[in-house]
Amino acid sequence: MILLRLFWEFFKTGLFAVGGGMATLPFLYDMGAKTGWFTEAKLADMVAVSESTPGPIGVNMATYVGFETAGVPGAAVATLGLICPSIVIILLIARVLKQFRNNPTVDAVFYGLRPCSIALIAAAGLLVAKITFLNPGVRTFPELLRWKELLLGVVLLVLTRAVSPLKKLHPIVFIALSALTGIVLHF
Amino acid sequence: MKLLTLFLSFAKVGVMTFGGGYAMIPILEREIVEKQGWASSEELMDYYAVGQCTPGVIAVNTATFIGYRVAGNAGGVAATLGVVFPSLVIITLIAGILTNFADLPAVKSAFAAIRVCVCVLIFNAVLKLWKGAVKDKAALILFLLVFVLSLLFSVSPVVFVLLCGAAGIVLTRMGVRGK
Repeated sequence: MILLRLFWEFFKTGLFAVGGGMATLPFLYDMGAKTGWFTEAKLADMVAVSESTPGPIGVNMATYVGFETAGVPGAAVATLGLICPSIVIILLIARVLKQFRNNPTVDAVFYGLRPCSIALIAAAGLLVAKITFLNPGVRTFPELLRWKELLLGVVLLVLTRAVSPLKKLHPIVFIALSALTGIVLHF
Repeated sequence: MKLLTLFLSFAKVGVMTFGGGYAMIPILEREIVEKQGWASSEELMDYYAVGQCTPGVIAVNTATFIGYRVAGNAGGVAATLGVVFPSLVIITLIAGILTNFADLPAVKSAFAAIRVCVCVLIFNAVLKLWKGAVKDKAALILFLLVFVLSLLFSVSPVVFVLLCGAAGIVLTRMGVRGK
């Protein structure tokens, strides 16, 4: 039964997540909250592992969630659920590729979908940020913030955006760097 | 035979794709265009562009396109299964190992810090996508509406996707695009 549910949840994700792997994040967030299969913190960890292992990140996240929820069969079923809509949609579009690219209605729909997709990713990112930078259950100001995490965040932001030769490095480098920092400074 | 070649070629692409997205293009270029001759560079970019704006993971969409071109519907399926196969094996192995070590203090510390990095990576992904998606006022308003509403209400993202697709048509008809 859980396998069927997994397939269905990932089928929906594959059908509605537009804009690549990270676009599946808001759907996974919603899935965790609705089904209780995994926590927000666990989801953030799964994103990290998916970014640092071979394979497209969207596929990796589906496999990971499926495995955590229902073992190896779960991994297979979640991944198949995710790719089923793609296969059907692309096989249909492939027959009419030229007309599809030049169709004004298709263009209009995607004009609306693109900002929507980014907004959903940004909102999911903010929720990950909340569990990362704030102490749970604390309401007084300076104690609320996790200073070590905030400091690391600022350093990483500068390294990945402003320092020119570093910007082009693969995310895995920064993930490894963060892991080391966490172990050495006892996060 | 062709199906097996498709499966294996795309399994190779899957193994070499780290994180997906643009990092995948040079790998596809080498395997699909230069080695197998299944598509030209221009066709590959077309598939990639359409794969980007259709639902699903871009790598999967591109694989289905090329597989279909080489060997019809069965080819599309074979290529797609190929591209996800390495993920299935590798992630299952890693997840299995991590489950056993998840309670070690060092692993917990590492992941607490890695989460910070994930936030920064998501932020960077949003900035990168922003340039191509939010080009005028109407798109900016759509972005803000979805961002705020999705944080305030626990509605399935599906609802926002459907509404925004419809909004795209209405806004285009009203002629507010590009302003």
